[in-house]
Amino acid sequence: MSDLSSYSAERTDWGKIALRWLLFAILGVFALWYLAPLFVMLTTSVKTLEEIRTGSLIALPREITFEPWAKAWSQACSGITCEGLRPYFFNSILLAVPSVAISTVIGALNGYVIAQWRFRGADTIFAMLLFGCFIPFQVVLLPMAKMLGLLGLAGTIPGLMLVHVVYGIGFTTLFFRNFYVSIPGDLIKAAKVDGAGFLRIFVSIFLPLSVPIVVVSIIWQFTQIWNDFLFGVSFSSAGSQPVTVALNNIVNSTTGVKEYNVDMAAAIIAALPTLLVYVVAGKYFIRGLTAGSVKG
Amino acid sequence: MAPVLTIRNLRKAYGETVILHDVNIEIEEGDFLVLVGPSGCGKSTLLNCIAGLEPISGGSVAIGGREMTKAPPKDRDIAMVFQSYALYPTMTVAKNITFGMKVRGVDAATQKRKLDEVARQLQISQLLDRKPGQLSGGQRQRVAMGRALVREPKLFLFDEPLSNLDAKLRVEMRTEIKRLHQDLGASMVYVTHDQIEAMTLATRIVVMKGGVIQQIGSPSEIYNRPANMFVADFMGSPAMNLIPATVEGGQVAIAREGDAPILIQAPVGANLPRDVVLGLRPEDIVEPGARHGAHVVPARCLVEVVEPAGADTYVVSRLGGAAVTARLSAETRAQAGQPLDVAFDLAKASFFEPRTGARLN
Repeated sequence: MSDLSSYSAERTDWGKIALRWLLFAILGVFALWYLAPLFVMLTTSVKTLEEIRTGSLIALPREITFEPWAKAWSQACSGITCEGLRPYFFNSILLAVPSVAISTVIGALNGYVIAQWRFRGADTIFAMLLFGCFIPFQVVLLPMAKMLGLLGLAGTIPGLMLVHVVYGIGFTTLFFRNFYVSIPGDLIKAAKVDGAGFLRIFVSIFLPLSVPIVVVSIIWQFTQIWNDFLFGVSFSSAGSQPVTVALNNIVNSTTGVKEYNVDMAAAIIAALPTLLVYVVAGKYFIRGLTAGSVKG
Repeated sequence: MAPVLTIRNLRKAYGETVILHDVNIEIEEGDFLVLVGPSGCGKSTLLNCIAGLEPISGGSVAIGGREMTKAPPKDRDIAMVFQSYALYPTMTVAKNITFGMKVRGVDAATQKRKLDEVARQLQISQLLDRKPGQLSGGQRQRVAMGRALVREPKLFLFDEPLSNLDAKLRVEMRTEIKRLHQDLGASMVYVTHDQIEAMTLATRIVVMKGGVIQQIGSPSEIYNRPANMFVADFMGSPAMNLIPATVEGGQVAIAREGDAPILIQAPVGANLPRDVVLGLRPEDIVEPGARHGAHVVPARCLVEVVEPAGADTYVVSRLGGAAVTARLSAETRAQAGQPLDVAFDLAKASFFEPRTGARLN
């Protein structure tokens, strides 16, 4: 009897180990699959055009050159101008930073009011804001263009900022509302007895608690706004285009030889800021996403 | 001097649901008023109405003789301690305690002096730099009280402040709150569902049920002369025995199993109906010979259960169809299934109307 049980235990152990290795193998394949494009982009961006033409797509570069990066940054041509990504990159920063800040602040205030200062119709307003998260971009293009025209903001960075702030409020409100709803209401009562008012309670008590959810909001909004192409291409003019639109123009420009290494370098440059935000604040992101659901 | 708190005809309703019906309360300087009742009786809502955290639907509230019905909490000269303590989680203990003073613009030197004073009083001086998350339940409780104390308000409000503590700490803190009340001579309103807390702390008790005040009185009034069967049953542990009985020719008869009914003299002056409920505290059922006088009536009961509880032994029998508990000394010879000779001390007996529950004598 005891022999039998030890035998079966041994067998399951072997089975477990085999299964574990199979799992690792599958995960490894998927990881390689997922990383392959990045690898190709990185290697291609430091190869010379000559090497790209003659060599293999997945081969390591024989000699490394940063010429394509410099060109992508400041000389690459899109359409008629040849200034590289640089001016558009700064356009994007000029666009994203205030948009993220404004939408986060409004979302925090909205969430605070909806979660903690219950008023008649609060749930309805929250439901409508939530609904705003699910409206497809394409649906709002025409009305938004009309509105920007009326406001005199068509083709400007402030106009684009307005679009992103309005579109982002639904999401940021959702984040903050779900976070604040788990904060016990006695806290507000205590602060009221202490004499603090609406804004004082928000600034002194709620904001200091909100670091994780502020980070979530910043990462989410920054990624959305930085990576946006449709609004960028629809509502900007030659001088106010964001980096995504410029990248598209550089890559799709039809004059001269196709410079794959410059295209790759430009794409990486355009993606770097979001990557940076994730690296800096990523650990808060996971923490903040789950923070609202569990009572802390 | 004007009463510290005057509540007149207070009514509170959420839409159609009435939470508080026509509440009238008045307390004097130095009173310790305890609002007690089962959960959902409206006692916490009443406290929030006093604090101004909930608007009221009718009536008026005055604190320190000043009309406060519409005033915001900060203008009511109150301080409040919450069941969840409601400490500000990102602030240190010191900041928690001084937050109110900071908001009101008290100068830094005064803040510091009052903080030190209160910290010494509550023995939390060594905790001032910690965050609430680093404190134990009892320490948080002290900080919450400190936050109320620095305010030096006209009226302290406590919302079940001890219910999150373990049993031993609760008794300690109860004593401490009582001592604080004696030392400060402050006026307090205290909400609890624990009748022992109510009895030990209060100078006046308000018993509530379903948003209606059942009785207001001193602890001994509430205990000895409950206004109705609900109060009789709710206050005291074990609860007052409520024994159905019938009245005939000036005598009250209590049916008992396997024996003739127990007959007792009806109280003088009370005009009792035919059916009554006799209310008798467990400690008023005694060993024969333990007490003397015309109000002590011998009785023999069949014992159903014997529950030793250390100092006392609770003996349960059945009279008039209801379980009746006697609190006897630990030396009692009572045995389950055996008859036992006891005596009813009727000096503090209560008589109730069985249907309305109202007191008759």
